Amino acid sequence: MSDFFHWIATLPALVQIPLVVGAFVAAVAVILFFVEIAPRSGRKYTIIRLAVCVLAPLVIFLFLGSVLWAAAVAAVLGGIFFILDYRAKQGAGYLFQLVGFLAPALVLLLIGLVYPTISTTIAAFQNSRGNRFVGLDNFQWIFTQPTGIRVVLNTIIWVLIVPAFSTAIGLAYAVFIDKSRGEKFFKILVFMPMAISFVGASIIWRFVYAARPAGQNQIGLLNQLVVLFGGQPTDFVSISPWNTFFLIIVLVWIQTGFAMVVLSAAIKGVPTEQLEAAELDGTNAWERFINVTVPGIRSSLIVVLTTISIASLKVFDIVRTMTAGANETSVIANEMYTQWKGFENGRSAAFAVVLFVLVLPIVIYNARQIQKQREIR
Amino acid sequence: MSAVTPIDVPIDNATKRQLKAGERASERTLTKRTKKRLTSRGATIASLIIALVWTVPTFGLFISSIRPAALINTTGWWTIFQNPGLTFDNYSQVLKAGNSQLNLGQAFINSIAITLPATLIPLTLASLAAYGFAWMNFKGKNWMFIGVFALQIVPLQMALVPLLSLFSRGLTIGGVQLFAGLNASGSYTQVWIAHTIFGLPLVIFLLHNFISELPAELIEAARVDGAGHGQIFFRIVLPLTMPAIASIAIFQFLWVWNDLLVALVFADGEVAPMTKLLAEITGGRGQDWQLLTSGAFISILVPLIVFFALQRFFVRGLLAGSTKG
Repeated sequence: MSDFFHWIATLPALVQIPLVVGAFVAAVAVILFFVEIAPRSGRKYTIIRLAVCVLAPLVIFLFLGSVLWAAAVAAVLGGIFFILDYRAKQGAGYLFQLVGFLAPALVLLLIGLVYPTISTTIAAFQNSRGNRFVGLDNFQWIFTQPTGIRVVLNTIIWVLIVPAFSTAIGLAYAVFIDKSRGEKFFKILVFMPMAISFVGASIIWRFVYAARPAGQNQIGLLNQLVVLFGGQPTDFVSISPWNTFFLIIVLVWIQTGFAMVVLSAAIKGVPTEQLEAAELDGTNAWERFINVTVPGIRSSLIVVLTTISIASLKVFDIVRTMTAGANETSVIANEMYTQWKGFENGRSAAFAVVLFVLVLPIVIYNARQIQKQREIR
Repeated sequence: MSAVTPIDVPIDNATKRQLKAGERASERTLTKRTKKRLTSRGATIASLIIALVWTVPTFGLFISSIRPAALINTTGWWTIFQNPGLTFDNYSQVLKAGNSQLNLGQAFINSIAITLPATLIPLTLASLAAYGFAWMNFKGKNWMFIGVFALQIVPLQMALVPLLSLFSRGLTIGGVQLFAGLNASGSYTQVWIAHTIFGLPLVIFLLHNFISELPAELIEAARVDGAGHGQIFFRIVLPLTMPAIASIAIFQFLWVWNDLLVALVFADGEVAPMTKLLAEITGGRGQDWQLLTSGAFISILVPLIVFFALQRFFVRGLLAGSTKG
């Protein structure tokens, strides 16, 4: 395997794309071919199935650079799988097809998400070299250091402010432009930052915040406005504690478009009859909005809020690009990376676990909301 | 029989015209009224301000990127009419800027080389899995699907470091080497695999929403006609869900193109994408605005083109993920 990738890596970048994509498509085609012929009955097909069951694990393991006898064990397991499949309740070949469809994705998830998650959790309780258990020392280090506490606090500030503001602004904008002329165009304007990378957005806003000493021409838009109203130019990203809020604006700027589009679609789903009935009852626009529209889009509101909360908990790129965590702006995700770069694997893992614990309740809540919505439908 | 039946009233042409005009007028006010129902003057002003704040920074970046370096650093971009001057030097300069291993022009190629396979591979694998979950029956299917869904909980940060050591050192259990390691640092391989894995849970979930809603009769009919699961997937499910796949593909594309964290960990040296190099330039040469503005604009150009060209799919994909159950 590594030989193949080594050979590929020596080629020009743009040649690699068709080669890798071609190899991948060929592999998928082979899977689909065997899946297609698997359920057919007859001796010929049984032999083909047996051959694939035994040879596929063998080849894959050898390909991965496994030792010979481990590959042999895999082949034997493949043989056992063949027998299981042969006696499957739904008919021979059914399990075979199932594995063809599900195994590639599930195996990758096991290797790339399940195993690393367990591994990181263990590492969080070990020292930086990962050879000795240190109990809760890493967590203690985070929560007793002033900088560590600051990092956690900053993350909490992010998760409190970003969802609230982006949802509020997005909702207001969606309501204001609803059914107005040029609605589509207005939507695009606010939606556009969604397509911009966090790094790009950070540079855009660094430029807005750029400061020149008083007396010189300002090149940053915000400082120009400050000067225009008679203030002193300030370096917004370096004055603690307000700099965190100036970083937060960047994420609000990005996420508002998301909130706006989703909520706008939800608003259009609110039955007009209800709004008209409320109007006949003599309510004003604000009452109609609070009592009819908001309850009507409640589930969408929750999904938007939770989605943005998760995004702001994991925020990394913005902090990394704008301040790299300097001047007390660091957040958990950034600190996790910084510690890892500093060869403090234990602390890095501990930060990751703290992040996981913070994300967990929001995701569970979100999943239950989706489940509920499903049951209603 | 209803009490009121339409009858032919003998009226002259003039009256007819008058009536029609009235009808039209009443219609016009009606539509106007529904249009204006929620918008007042304050709301209009507020939405104009929001629209401005959301576009002016990007616009300023673009204007600055085509101004001469000396002017960018001494005058604001809004004074472009007092201090005129247009140049593309910034772009040619930034394409050559970078570190010892790579410049931004090469990083642009890297971004493409990383993004295309890292979009195609997870979508294909996920559509296979989504089909399996949607149209095949097996014990524990629901639990397994919930398990895949739940993997979205795991923040990337949990998975990065162990996955990297898996790539570089392989997997050895009890002294038995199961996996020799990719030994592929400095190639795109590990970035592709990492992005594939991290994208899978969400993509499987979203595609499952679409694939499971195809009419069962269709699948059944194909089966009666003698198609196996392989053919059903390739000839029926795949073409029918193409619009959904396209809209989710846009997200995966943007996600990979815009990603910084995975690139920082997995793409080292010569294979770094633009985001990583730009972040580096921002850190090291943070006051060279002629480089930053043009560099940033190059990096947001591709997503913006994708966004404007495929906007319909973009919105549909977004809504599939959030409002649809």
